[in-house]
Order: sequence, then C-alpha cells, then structure tokens
Amino acid sequence: MGILASVIISALLGALSFGYKSRREGAMGAALGILGGAVILGALGFCTFASDAESTEGVLGVALAGAFAWMFGAGTKAVFNQRAADLGSGEIRTGTYNLSWWWPWLLLSPTLLILVFFLYLPAYQTFTLSTKLTRLGAPRVADRCLSNFSDILVVNPTTVAIIPLIAIAAIWGIGLWNRLAMPGSTNAAIAAAVRPFGILILIFAFYFIFENENGGYRQIYVNTLIISGFTVGLAMIAGLALAYLAFGRIKGITVYRTLLIWPYAISPPVAGILFFMMFNATGGILAHVVDSFGNFVGLDVSLPNYTKSVGLARATIILASVWKLLGYNLLFFLAGLQTVPRAQIEAATLDGANSWQRFRKIVVPALGPIAFFLLITNLTYSFFDVYGTIDFLTKGAPAGATSVAIYEIIRVGVDNGDLGRGAAQSVILFLAVIGLTAWQFRQSEGRISYGST
Amino acid sequence: MAVREQDNLTINVGKKGVFVGRDWPRHAALLLAIALVVFPLAYAALIATQSNAQVFSFKLTPGGNLGKHFDQVWNDRSLGRFMWNSVVQAVLITVAKTILSLLAGLAFVYFKFRGKWLVFFFVLITLMMPTEVMILALFRFVSDLGWKDSMAGLVVPFAASATGAFLFRQHFANLPRDLSEAAQIDGASPLQFLFKILIPLSWNVVGALAVIQFVFVWNMYLWPVLIISDRDKQVVQVGLQGLQSIDVGLTFGPLMLAALLASIPPALVFIALQKPFMSGFALSADK
Repeated sequence: MGILASVIISALLGALSFGYKSRREGAMGAALGILGGAVILGALGFCTFASDAESTEGVLGVALAGAFAWMFGAGTKAVFNQRAADLGSGEIRTGTYNLSWWWPWLLLSPTLLILVFFLYLPAYQTFTLSTKLTRLGAPRVADRCLSNFSDILVVNPTTVAIIPLIAIAAIWGIGLWNRLAMPGSTNAAIAAAVRPFGILILIFAFYFIFENENGGYRQIYVNTLIISGFTVGLAMIAGLALAYLAFGRIKGITVYRTLLIWPYAISPPVAGILFFMMFNATGGILAHVVDSFGNFVGLDVSLPNYTKSVGLARATIILASVWKLLGYNLLFFLAGLQTVPRAQIEAATLDGANSWQRFRKIVVPALGPIAFFLLITNLTYSFFDVYGTIDFLTKGAPAGATSVAIYEIIRVGVDNGDLGRGAAQSVILFLAVIGLTAWQFRQSEGRISYGST
Repeated sequence: MAVREQDNLTINVGKKGVFVGRDWPRHAALLLAIALVVFPLAYAALIATQSNAQVFSFKLTPGGNLGKHFDQVWNDRSLGRFMWNSVVQAVLITVAKTILSLLAGLAFVYFKFRGKWLVFFFVLITLMMPTEVMILALFRFVSDLGWKDSMAGLVVPFAASATGAFLFRQHFANLPRDLSEAAQIDGASPLQFLFKILIPLSWNVVGALAVIQFVFVWNMYLWPVLIISDRDKQVVQVGLQGLQSIDVGLTFGPLMLAALLASIPPALVFIALQKPFMSGFALSADK
C-alpha cells in the first residue's frame, strides 16, 4: 500500500510541478516525479516499506517521495526555462576571450572544488547521516531508516499525514480564490488580503505535528518562531524608521550615519556579552534602575533574573539581536530610499497626499525588493548567527526556553554526541531554509541579491 | 552612485519633500537614536575600568582598573594570542575569497564555454545552503581530513564565495566591452587583463566585499567552537568564553574590556573601507 501511494503521489506531484498542458508534458512530468520518488526511497533502501517500519516512517516515506517528485519536476522545468531564456544580464556578446577550452575551467576550478568538498559533500552527508544511528567520534554506524525524524514528530501517524494535507489544501484554496475572484470586487480585495497569510497556515500546521511530550521538538519550534519572528520584525521596522530619520541632507549626516551603522561590525557573541552586563541581575544597570525607581515610588519592584524568566530571557536575546542588526538594515534601507522616485513624491504632495499616503503608495513599493532581501538576511541571522548571542546570554536557559533550532542541533549532535539525530534536525532546518529561499525567489522573480551577514 | 551624490539627490525638496519641517527635531531624534545605539558599548567601557566592588555599588565614574584589567586580559587570559589567530584567519579568508571570486567572475563574463549555464546554476544554488545547516557533517568531514586544531580547518572550507563570484560577474558585465577587445589586441592574457585593467576598475567592489568578508570571519563563532579545542589556536570570539567564567567568581571588568578589544579590528576595517563599502552598496541597489 505504501508503494502504491508513493507511486501515485510522485506521479501526480511530478506532473503538477513540471506542467500538464499537453499529454506529452504531463507524462514526462509524471515520469520525472516517479523517478524523483524512486531516487530518494532507493537511497533509503526502501526501508519505509519494510514490515518492521513504524507507520509514521511509512507516512514520512510517502511525503519524501512526493517532495522529491515535486523537486525533480520543478527543478527540470526551471533548468529548461533557464536554458531557453537568455542566461541573463551578465552575458556579454563581444570581447570574450577565444582561448583553449580549459581556460575558464582553470579559473573556476578553485571555487568549484571548495564548493564541492565543503558545501555539496557535507550537504549530502547531512542527509545520509540523518538516517543513521551514529555517535560522534565512534566508527560504528547503524541504519535507522527515518526513525530519527519520526522521533521528533507526534506519535499518531494519522495526524502527521492529515495536518500538512489540510494546510496545503487551505493554501491552494486561497490561491484558487485569488484567481477566481472578479478583479476589482470586494471579494478580490479580501482574497488578496488573505493571501500573504497562507504561509502562516503552514507554520501553524507544523506546530501540531511536532512532538510535545518529554522534551519534544515543539518547544524548540516555538522558541525559534518567537525569537526569529520578533527579531526580524523589530529589526526591520526600527531599521526603516532610522533610515527615514537619517535620509536626506542635514548637518553632520555622515557622522550620524557612521555612528548608527557601526553596530553592524559587532559580533553576535559580543552583543550577547554587552546585554549580559546590562541585564545582569546583580551588577547590571537595568536591575539598579528598576530598584531605584521602585524605592523612589515606594514599591517593591525588582528586575527578575533574566536567566530564570522565560519572557525576559527571550526578550533579552531579541533585543541584543535587534541592536546588532539595526546598522545593517539601516544601511540597506538608506540605499533603498535613494530609489524612491522623488518626482512622484512631489507630485503627490501637490495633489494633497499626506505623508502616510505618500509612504504607503510610493515609498513602500519602491522599497519592496530591498525589504525582501533584508527579510531573508535577517531571517538567516536570527536562525543561525543568533547562536553566539544565546551561548553568551542564556545557554538555552531557563529549561530550554531559549534553545532555538541551531542551538538544539549542536546540543544534540555535539554535546550529546548523537550525530544522527542532530543531522535529522539539520535536515528540517535545511528544508525550512530552502522553502524560504524558494519563496523569496518567487516573490522577487529571481533577482540575485548579494551580501552576507 | 557615491554617497555624496546620494545627498545631492535628496537636496532641499523642502516642504514638498519626504520630510517636512525644520531641522532641530530631526537632530534631536538622531541624537536620541545614537544615544540608545551607543549606550551598551559606553556602559561596557565604563565597567571595563571598574573593580567588581565598584560595579556593585553602581558608580558612574570610571574606576582606575583599566591597566590592571588589560594586563589580566591580554597576557594572563591570552586575548592577544586569540586576536592574532583571528586576524590571520580573517585576512587569509578575505584574500582567498576575493581572488577566487575575481577569477570566477572573469571566467563567467569573458569566456564562452560549454556548460556555462550548468556551472552558473551549480554556484547559484549554494546561496541556499548556509554552512550551519550542514555543520555536523562538515565537522566530521574536516576532522577526518585531520584539520582539527589547524588554520587550514578554519580557513579552507570558507575560501570560496558564491556571493563574491556573482558580485564581480555583475560588476564586470557592466564595464565597457571595448576594454577586453583592446586588451586582446594588445596581446594581454586573461590574467594580465584582470590584474592590469579589471582590478583597478573594481576597487569599490573589492573594498565592499572585503568589509563584508572580514566582518563575517571575525564574527564567526560556531565553527571555531567545534573545530578548535587547543587553547593556543583559538580565535577571539570563542576566547571570550573563557573570560565569562573566570575561575570562581565572575569579574565584569575584564570581560567587558575583552569584548571591547575584540570589537576594534572590524570597526577599524569598517572605518578604513567605509567609502568603497557605502558606494559598493549604493551601486548594487541601482541594479
């Protein structure tokens, strides 16, 4: 039954992602899908169909086959499109060198070699490790099929199967609603307004499939969502506000800008140390200020020890990260504000638009691409670089309430030495990153942005 | 587009502009924002001079312990050693990334070859692959190579940059085409062309990339935590860890001083390369 479900779902998803306008295209998509499903399940040795596999593993196997089918279909299509289209703006037609064939390969070889050995190979090994039971430094390796994954999901396989399907159906429904709604009608306006929340449905669905009992992954998921959500949201809003303030000609603007941008150069661990000092319950300035204030008004208030209070611990990490990201965001928003069409602003002002309307109708659309780029870099920061800040501020305390996904990967994989489980969690994070990047590419139509945090 | 021109673009649109009103509220708001942004560091600088007793009595005047703390941090706790290791690592990676990216950009723009689109894709996809998600496997692989506790382990995995390759590709493609034609007529090899003509035209981009990469490497934390266990070979960000838990009782002063010292080199690089950095960014925002 598992085999049949995998084949049907792979064929369907392959055709859906590749295209099904003609019978030939549909058949090719289905074939690609089945190939994709077979490749991944074959790599696992078809262990998800084995009689001793847990049913959650069976469900995951079908889901994996579907995901790979989708990737094979969509990937092949993307490659076809890319090849058909002009390879892009970077191409020049004249003035190229006409030397031996190996010249470009020689120039590219150092880059390619390093990417192969230190990026592609470990990426592949992360996937293989995630199906193993293996300890750090120990040579013995045993196959675990998908149980590293099913361990962090809820025990009930039906929930694991049904909830993502409902979420996907809901997102699909919203897309359909958008396409069918009469343009210009209230219905279309509502549909368009609902659309961005589609991704929230998916985020919400994952909450229900992660295990909650005995230190399950659900807490890590919630921690990651809260810490990265608030960090990114606050850092972007504050960055934009500051950019508005620091934009345009005013005396000493260069000095102002330098002073505001500079925390970009501070490291996440140092940000952690500085906020560790300020929020320290015994020697920190904030505790002292709260105390003095309490004495002044005659109340017995004091700042709780942030390593013991869930809310304060998270808030401290978020504040430190926002502080550290501000300069970076300010820099890019300043560059973005330059692209705001000034003539339009003037015209709108003459037409009597107030500053909020000007902001909404002219500035926001012009800033769109930069804001998208920043959204992704800030998310990357709050997913990964926040590790250093957490390690100096809370080390995951209290009771794991500030342990985010990357922190947990290291705790499980290195501190506990359970490489397989750590790798399985890495795969989940990897898929989240791929999903977010794919989403960004779709929204920004493949614009390449540069800059790493 | 340089920063100065950017200012001219926003010239006194006056009452019709994005900003309406007189200047002083903006000065006040900017100063307030700067005060908030600078406060954590200024506070750390104050603590760095104080003994623990002074810290606990919340004195707002500098204590006289700066020299003592410096000696403690720099010599006893070998911060100098850590910082030197970080400088070596950051310089090596920055130089390697810049050179490899220049070579890749040259190949992408000035050569036609079979399978270019495939290579392009191959490099492009790595933008979706942050090292952190594969760090356990990378750690195992690099350990198997015998590169634990070595500079090679700190540098080689990060020596290539997809970001840099695309940055130079974009930059080269926007240079006038007759440059390479002229160079070829003069019989310059691709490498001569790169070093004599392209690089002098690319200092802004090189500078921008150098700042990004130097700061990126200097601030690297998780990878050295994993790969370096020999204290003599440790880098500065991880070295700070040892100061947070000095012996039994925590002394705040040395920790703050170390955090401040560790932030100086990237700040220097940032200030030194500020002009190319800013214009490198403004330039990219136009495309």
